[in-house]
Amino acid sequence: MTTVITPPGRLNLPAWRELWEAREVLYRFGLRDVILRYRQTAIGVAWVVLQPLAAAGIFAIVFGQVANLSSGAVPYFVFSFAGMLVWNLFNGIVSRASPSLVANQALVAKVFFPRMLVPLSSVLSVLLDFLVASGMLVVLLVLYGIPVGWQVLTLPLWVAAAVVLASGVGLAGAALTVKYRDVNYTLPWLMQILLYATPVAYSLDEVGDLRWLFNLNPLTWLLECFRWAVLGTEMPPAWQMGGIAAVAVAAFLAGTLVFQKMERGFADVI
Amino acid sequence: MTARSAVLVRGLGKSYRIAKGDRPNRITEALVQRLRHPWQRTTYETFEALQDVDLEIPWGEAVGIVGRNGAGKSTLLKILTRITAPTAGRIELGGRIGSLLEVGTGFHPELTGRENVYLNGTLLGMRRKEIQRRFDEIVDFAGVEKFLDTPVKRYSSGMYVRLAFSVAAHLETEILAIDEVLAVGDAEFQAKSLAKMREAARSGRTVLYVSHQAQTVSALCSSAIFLDRGRLTFQGPVEEALTEYRRTFADFHQAQQDPSRRAGTGELRFTEAQVAEDTMEPTADKVVEFAVGANADVVGQYYVSCHINDANGNVVVQCDSRLVGTWLDPASPQRGALTIKDLWLKPGRYTFDLYLCKAGILDAWEGAGAFEILPKAPYTEVTSDEALSHGMVLADFEYEKW
Repeated sequence: MTTVITPPGRLNLPAWRELWEAREVLYRFGLRDVILRYRQTAIGVAWVVLQPLAAAGIFAIVFGQVANLSSGAVPYFVFSFAGMLVWNLFNGIVSRASPSLVANQALVAKVFFPRMLVPLSSVLSVLLDFLVASGMLVVLLVLYGIPVGWQVLTLPLWVAAAVVLASGVGLAGAALTVKYRDVNYTLPWLMQILLYATPVAYSLDEVGDLRWLFNLNPLTWLLECFRWAVLGTEMPPAWQMGGIAAVAVAAFLAGTLVFQKMERGFADVI
Repeated sequence: MTARSAVLVRGLGKSYRIAKGDRPNRITEALVQRLRHPWQRTTYETFEALQDVDLEIPWGEAVGIVGRNGAGKSTLLKILTRITAPTAGRIELGGRIGSLLEVGTGFHPELTGRENVYLNGTLLGMRRKEIQRRFDEIVDFAGVEKFLDTPVKRYSSGMYVRLAFSVAAHLETEILAIDEVLAVGDAEFQAKSLAKMREAARSGRTVLYVSHQAQTVSALCSSAIFLDRGRLTFQGPVEEALTEYRRTFADFHQAQQDPSRRAGTGELRFTEAQVAEDTMEPTADKVVEFAVGANADVVGQYYVSCHINDANGNVVVQCDSRLVGTWLDPASPQRGALTIKDLWLKPGRYTFDLYLCKAGILDAWEGAGAFEILPKAPYTEVTSDEALSHGMVLADFEYEKW
């Protein structure tokens, strides 16, 4: 096996074979994140369930009780919990992936391995959190006696779309953070705005005339598809279903290209 | 192994662009600058870290890479190990390349020894099977069996470094790149590491070793290359490369006489430097005299630092005037002398560097002068040379019998 090293060209596609051979690195990074997150914590993995529960509780009180918004046939608490679940999946991946390269600065400057694996590895621990919290959702569905229809079978599709979309954004974020540390400060703020601009805590039916504006946000489509799948809310139009898949793939490709373009210079600028 | 040579490098170059003036590293700054001067392009100076390097290394060779600071040794290794990309040329590697660039990168303090072995091994390119197979060997070599399930943040620094080195040393890649990491741990561990590296070379693997220490290069390597300011100027036997290395020191010192070619901000420069005596006995007081110009614009006082280096470039001693509370006033020219007492140097040639520092380095005069220590043993008994061959300096010691 001969490895050839040449100066980088204009457009660098990732070396897929190399990525596949280094998949073990992805797993080890993911494992490290999972272990580290709950080592030296008293209640450990319970945090994963507590956070969305608390957020959903507050949303239910503020939006459901105080603002008296409607969540359709579904209890407000379950409605917002389901929203938080997808939101946390998206937000978790983006906000963990973006600072990941800089956090592993020493590694990036000293050891060679496909750099894409660093931001991508944050998917693993977030996905694990998502699974645990999904278990909680199942419990809630049973408790509230909410029937689950055939459309739950489409669920993996929406989860995949969320992961792929978030990975794309995270890859671009990680690469940009290497050069511009501003990303670290801008991103949490943007995510906060996005949280309220997306129907996570409220129903799309309540936005009235502004609905067209909300419909411009691909995350709205994701939320609608997800809620339809698990809670049996109104079925989103087909263009939103196809749209979210297309947007996810496009974001991932764009993120990969941005990342690859900057990758060869990481060790020199980080 | 199919490829004829382990490493084949053709016309390799690496240049860094250094922006002139203020370079934005905030998005907002970059935007504002673009808006203000829409047509202005940033001007860059290029710095050639490596130029036109051609190199061919056959299988089973242990190659030492020597050169002065900034000659491009580490850059070469970084390119070969693919940490950074070249700007020109082509490299063909005949097999997997593993690197021991800095011990312990990739170790996470919160993880246990066992977890870190797996994480670090994987990062260095080992497969899970490989690590499992060699796990006991790795742990054994490092001598940390008892602490495997303790987070490494609770390790002593010695244990930490030993474990980290051990993981890297058990890499089974066909080519191994090592950057000055053998100098870890105690003497016993160093000897063990050196033996391990030699064994690697003997078993047909190719070892690339960067070091400042002439001793370890000659102990470990079967051939050497010499880099001078980014160019490969010599490839061949170790001894000749080391001779070349020492020779450039002399050239370099000549160039350093000219203050404008020295590093440092240049707000103040040394004007003179010399040793009181060119040849001394080992026990003599070493006196370095110096003079500094004046610059009324420099605020505050500055201090002077002197390094004494042996023939291989190892720093034997550093004497900062701030350590003894001597600060100088930049408003007027200064003259002074440093006296080093009770330093017994081994016979040989030494050079000294002078530094003028405040918050940063104002003047760095490497190789400001040289002196010779006469081959005279300062001890009462005459013995064979072997009694003096180890160690970097001599010492005033005595034995008592009880």
